[in-house]
Amino acid sequence: MKIVKEALAGTLESSDLLVKVSPGPGTGLEVVISSEVMQQFGAQIDRVVRDTLARLGVTAGLVVVEDKGALDCAIRARVQTAVMRGAEAKTINWSALS
Amino acid sequence: MKLRRSMLFLPGANAAMLSTAFVYKPDSIMFDLEDAVSLREKDSARLLVFHALQLPVYREIETVVRINPLNTPFGHADLEAAVRAGVDVVRLPKTDCAEDVEVLEREVERIERACGREVGSTKLMAAIESASGVINALAIAKSSPRLIGIALAGFDYVMDMQTERGDGTELFYARCAVLHAARAARIDAFDVVWSDLNDEAGFLKEVDLIKRLGFNGKSLINPRQIELLHNAYAPTEEEVEYAGRVVAAAAEGERKGLGVVSLNGKMIDGPVIDHARRVLQRAEASGTRK
Repeated sequence: MKIVKEALAGTLESSDLLVKVSPGPGTGLEVVISSEVMQQFGAQIDRVVRDTLARLGVTAGLVVVEDKGALDCAIRARVQTAVMRGAEAKTINWSALS
Repeated sequence: MKLRRSMLFLPGANAAMLSTAFVYKPDSIMFDLEDAVSLREKDSARLLVFHALQLPVYREIETVVRINPLNTPFGHADLEAAVRAGVDVVRLPKTDCAEDVEVLEREVERIERACGREVGSTKLMAAIESASGVINALAIAKSSPRLIGIALAGFDYVMDMQTERGDGTELFYARCAVLHAARAARIDAFDVVWSDLNDEAGFLKEVDLIKRLGFNGKSLINPRQIELLHNAYAPTEEEVEYAGRVVAAAAEGERKGLGVVSLNGKMIDGPVIDHARRVLQRAEASGTRK
């Protein structure tokens, strides 16, 4: 999936996260994460975000995540939503989302 | 017998509520993708609910997803998300006739086959929100073996009837019609939400009414209402004591091979025994009434 425009998903409310995707300045994939629980769960959040992007076939773009203590399920959902909005995807490949 | 006194609505776009709602222990949790979600967040809510449903904590509680109507741009995708995520029950809003449920059932079966879920494992419920729906309530209630219940949705119904929510007079016919349809079809019946959270007395008065009418339970919009509702549906100590004696007498009669059992000179037949079992089930779930 190719990110073709800037898009947002999520909120900055507690237990949620805000994900911003954009085509990015370079040709590769850059993931920037900030979180209230970065020290304890930063590695886990990074793993979930990158795994979700990989399942969607995202190989390029800038992904900025501002986490407010979200569970993994919310992280996956918000990243997927932002990517689909940024890729202007009209249909969902459900098997890639689980 | 699945106990369904409380069905708690959760806005599908709210990550915090979806992550924690199970702690309130309603009988069923309903993830809402329809009215509680704005048009621009439909995609986000759908994915959030899809993933929340797969949390291990939601295997312990009955889950329901209220999808958007299938004739909107969102309904089919909502259904894909709910069925593929393994939801227990899909709630169809704005059900006006039996064909609405039949169309839903065909779509659910198609998705079950596509994703490898057992055909028939996804149950359905229909929400009746219009005069047409109330008139067709019996046909709707009997439209599918997957239906576990029908619900009356008050706000849209009173709008359709060109009136407004009041003391319950405006819902009297609809409540009775929906309830009779459900009972004739041997499925559950759910009453409307009570939206004024600060009017606890009004809520309890309405709960008392729908309990006496025979509703299984009520849709709720706030966790604060759960305990109040469960307590109102809890039997008294005297009712529990009598129900225990009925069930014991029935068991004794069965052991002796008796066709008819009596207790204190009164005949105990099937409906009395079923009622007693329901009383004990409610007592086991939430104790006796405080």
